[in-house]
Amino acid sequence: MSNLQRAALTTIPALAVLAGVTSVHAEDFKTLEEFQAMPLAYPKFMVDNLWILISAALVFIMHLGFATLETGLTRQKNTVNILFKNLFIISIGIVSYALTGFNTMYPGDFNGFLAIKGMIGFDGDVANLTNQYADYTYWADFIFQAMFAATAATIVSGAVAERVKLSGFMLYATILVAFIYPIAGSWKWGGGWLDGMGFYDFAGSSIVHAFGGFAALAAVIILGPRAGKYVDGEIKPILGHSMPLATIGVFLLWLGWFGFNGGSVLSADPGLVSIVFVTTSLAAAVGCLAAMVTSQIFLKKPDVTMALNGILAGLVGITAGADTVTWTGAMIIGLVAGIIVVFSIVIIDRIKIDDPVGAISVHGICGIWGTIAVGIFSTNPEHSFSTQLIGTLSYAAFAFVVSLILALLAKATLGFRVDEDEEYEGLDLSEHGQPAYADFQNINN
Amino acid sequence: MFKIEAYLRPSALEGVQKALGEIGIVGMSVTEIRGFGRQRGHREVYRGAEYRIDFVPKIKVEVIVKDDDKDGAINALVEASKSGKVGDGKVFSSPIQDAVRIRTGETGESAL
Repeated sequence: MSNLQRAALTTIPALAVLAGVTSVHAEDFKTLEEFQAMPLAYPKFMVDNLWILISAALVFIMHLGFATLETGLTRQKNTVNILFKNLFIISIGIVSYALTGFNTMYPGDFNGFLAIKGMIGFDGDVANLTNQYADYTYWADFIFQAMFAATAATIVSGAVAERVKLSGFMLYATILVAFIYPIAGSWKWGGGWLDGMGFYDFAGSSIVHAFGGFAALAAVIILGPRAGKYVDGEIKPILGHSMPLATIGVFLLWLGWFGFNGGSVLSADPGLVSIVFVTTSLAAAVGCLAAMVTSQIFLKKPDVTMALNGILAGLVGITAGADTVTWTGAMIIGLVAGIIVVFSIVIIDRIKIDDPVGAISVHGICGIWGTIAVGIFSTNPEHSFSTQLIGTLSYAAFAFVVSLILALLAKATLGFRVDEDEEYEGLDLSEHGQPAYADFQNINN
Repeated sequence: MFKIEAYLRPSALEGVQKALGEIGIVGMSVTEIRGFGRQRGHREVYRGAEYRIDFVPKIKVEVIVKDDDKDGAINALVEASKSGKVGDGKVFSSPIQDAVRIRTGETGESAL
């Protein structure tokens, strides 16, 4: 046929679709080949799916962000330990999500509270690779969500840094990510009781961040502060050893957040993904500026670590509503987050809770703020402040109580904290027998 | 005047600074060093191969004191850094011939 005829054949159906006919539906095909032959539905599916996969990779890079941020804000004698814990968490996170987490988080029909299930996989039903499943394949769904699961657990690793015992932490983190996170996640994203109430958490301000932050709080309370941090009623600052690494970490986290929020649209919908990119970045930017100004006014100097935490506070804050607030709403959310994170960090330190990276403030406190902010700023009238509040407090309380139990369990079995000498020597040497910066010594062994 | 050099564990620094301060000695110099006496290092393994670490991180604290302060300073250093375990370190003292305060040109014990 001629080029003109070919053009007409593709344009006319396209116009028909644009004229208001809804997109070609799932029922219209029976085999994968038929699906792949659909000129409109299949390319759309390819683009949507591709965006989810790219987002999964972007959320993955957040683990590098966490690793470098935590490394930068702690002492070099504990660097290998931080890196090791971060490697462990991403690994156990993905594996446990495959073995039980994914299906526990999305159990299908269940009582709304708890339904622990088994491993991923489907018996050859090819529908799972088509838009009969979603705008992305079953596997894309799994890997994208798996990256989120590991993110929730890694929040705790920063708070417990420099004194947690490796074996105890591995036990704690495994149970937290394998069972607790998916159970809590099922309450909303799995269609559980909070979903039924109308609670909204777009990309996880509560499900991931408040969850992680309050789990961290409980762990840190059981663990106790680092030796020498609180002496004679005074706070002795323990400086991080690399501001460049900390900054690299936060930029990587911001980059990853494009996938964290952008991918949570669960399709490549141009309108939604675009606005999510905008709200996400505006919240981060205003969070940074707000923290800078707050730190200058109240702490008398422009503290780079506060600026870094301010960016993260804004990002955590916008995560619950990035797709339902306006760009101005996003800026206000970032502004408030950037201010409260500075005060929260200082107050938590003053009540003698030692959090080397500010995880409790950034993720816990700002996660709660981000969730209730949906009740204030959302353009969707169905979102209510009280439901948001109930939801976020449920996540915080659940994470806190379970983390308390797990930390005590770890303490009673493998031990949760290293002893004084090991802590003094540095976990790199005492737990791993290897220094992080061997070549930086002046005298070689 | 005497120079007192103390080879100590790094963890002893804060206690030593406080103890010397309490007897009126406020100036000191600290160097980060590596060393060993009887306290040998240990074996480690890296990617399957063994290596030895002999030199252990230490600090060297130097204070120059008036004749009358020498014994007090040495005692303070010893008491503040003693843990009873191998690796506590050593303190040495040697006589100093003269001292000058650069800013004012004062010499002798008044330069300290």
